[in-house]
Amino acid sequence: MATKDAPPRWDRKMQQRLARGEAAALGELYDRFGSLVHSLAHRVLGDESAADGITREVFAHVWEHPDAYDPKQGPLRSWVAALTHRLAVRRLRATETAALAQGGQGSTEELERKVRRASVAARADYIVTSMPAPLRAALELAYFQRRDYRQTAVDLGVTEDEARRRLRLGLQLLSTAHDAGAPPGAGGGA
Amino acid sequence: MNDGSGNGGSVNDDDGDGDGVRGGPGGSGGRSGDVPGGGSGEGAGGGSGGSVSGEGEPLRIPMPRASVEDTGRPLPELDAAESRAVPLVLEHRVLKALLGAWALAACSAAETAAVEEHLGECGACADEALRLRGAVGLLHPVEPLDLDPGLRTRVLSSSFDRRPPRIPVPVWAAPYDAESARLDALLQDIGDAEWHAPVRLRWFEGEGPTSRRTTVAGVIAHLLTVDGLVAAALGLGDPLTGETAKALTPASRTEAYWKSSHFPPTRSIRSPWREQTHNIVRTVSFTGGTTGKLAVSYGDFELPLHDAMLDRAFECWVHAGDIAEAVDYPYDPPSPRYLNRMIDLAARMLPVVLADRRRHGLASPGGGRHLVGVGEPGRSLRLEIEGHGGGEWLIALDSPGAVGSAEREVAHIALDGVEFCQLAAGHVSPEDAAAGQLGDREAIRDVLFATASLSRM
Repeated sequence: MATKDAPPRWDRKMQQRLARGEAAALGELYDRFGSLVHSLAHRVLGDESAADGITREVFAHVWEHPDAYDPKQGPLRSWVAALTHRLAVRRLRATETAALAQGGQGSTEELERKVRRASVAARADYIVTSMPAPLRAALELAYFQRRDYRQTAVDLGVTEDEARRRLRLGLQLLSTAHDAGAPPGAGGGA
Repeated sequence: MNDGSGNGGSVNDDDGDGDGVRGGPGGSGGRSGDVPGGGSGEGAGGGSGGSVSGEGEPLRIPMPRASVEDTGRPLPELDAAESRAVPLVLEHRVLKALLGAWALAACSAAETAAVEEHLGECGACADEALRLRGAVGLLHPVEPLDLDPGLRTRVLSSSFDRRPPRIPVPVWAAPYDAESARLDALLQDIGDAEWHAPVRLRWFEGEGPTSRRTTVAGVIAHLLTVDGLVAAALGLGDPLTGETAKALTPASRTEAYWKSSHFPPTRSIRSPWREQTHNIVRTVSFTGGTTGKLAVSYGDFELPLHDAMLDRAFECWVHAGDIAEAVDYPYDPPSPRYLNRMIDLAARMLPVVLADRRRHGLASPGGGRHLVGVGEPGRSLRLEIEGHGGGEWLIALDSPGAVGSAEREVAHIALDGVEFCQLAAGHVSPEDAAAGQLGDREAIRDVLFATASLSRM
């Protein structure tokens, strides 16, 4: 599920506290985004210890460069997700390239496809957890509960028109995972 | 959830057979493939080759899941029959609005057929259909991923290695910070119903065990109110207000809080509890050096702030254990470093508790027989704690003012660290504590009972 939407004020205060060098602030940042960061990294890398490593790297980066985040560019959550995504994809490419250089199986094209697939999957996860709750609820019913759109409408207490609209819009959002580039609100530099 | 196969890796599959989005939705169940009525099959074929994916491979628009034919619901029969007989004619606008539902196989058979017919004729809709069907392949059941509770500490310490904090969390507050984070991670994972799972709080009073029944949410309310003693001492808001704030001891505060609400607490208690833990850690970081000795009142006794924070960390772990047991989750003891400090706090409190029990006739009158001046070595019991976080402590038996002395050791007990903490939490009775014992039996009995009586609600 999505983290509760935090007001921008929280983002700004958090940045100030990090900049001030307040250790407790980093703890709170981890408490809020730790599982998001870890699950995105895990989705890209498919490996527990590699995901742990990326999680350490992401929080250390934010701690060392709190000013790299600009609250005007969007929520801290998206920025942290974009940073995680970038670091995780970079790590995946590096390990796969090293494996290939060691005489591993496969070609460079396969490597790129694998990286791209992992990257898209992670971006899709992020989109699902970040999309408006009504869209997510509609997708959840239609896909996981296998309800048709009429039943979905009844379950959600909306018109059939609205149910169709939510399913289409939800999928449209999700399909942007295939687009190159970082998730919305990207901009974290690593 | 979904039974799995075929969804995760099916998009842009690299085996290059051009079936990139095949088997997206419901590739596993009985719903894929055999769409009733031949019409829809042709419809799907009509979309093939019409569009090209980003990788330049022609993609065939796959067969959708038939909508609800395996659910026993009444809907499709009539529609399916109709679609064979009289094809639905819908306008572009309506068909386009159906694309999302179509991609998810959440339309009637007649609508599915109409959409697919349309895809053969309308390039824009065919493109979108392909895109949406591809998106369906990106949906997958959320795999619950247990975050290693130790990761938080590792993340923080590796960050602080790179840039030392200007405002660190005091060492004596670190166990509280870590334990509240661990408990919060457990709470994150439990479902709505589990918040109402029954929990029996157990502790030791006087000569024997006692208990009180509550729920998971009730335990968090208990932690909130008792942590509130620390919050109040720091000048933060007390979670108890009005009349209830007059209650002073942990137990009376908890009862007052439980009574003050007309409804039993729910999972909504998590957020005020967590916010207070964060505020406490933050505040002691700022006032750190100066407030460590500040007295925190527990009603009938006081602890200096740094010990109160250790005590709260200990309680947090103990009650997290109660909750974990109630909802059948595993829960580990604190890290050895923190466990060691919790044991140390108990060991330091024992001489006072022994004296108190003696005054109330609950311990042997050792002090009467063995007068010891303040700061002098007195008769001692060697407490040997085994396992991670263990160590050795000399407990002065006759007076809180006396100093533990190896020369005057009259007894020796050895037990595991977690066992000792369970005893101090009132979860194991002094008679049952698995302790190796040597020497003065009376002293040993007194210390084991005094340890159990450290527990409270």
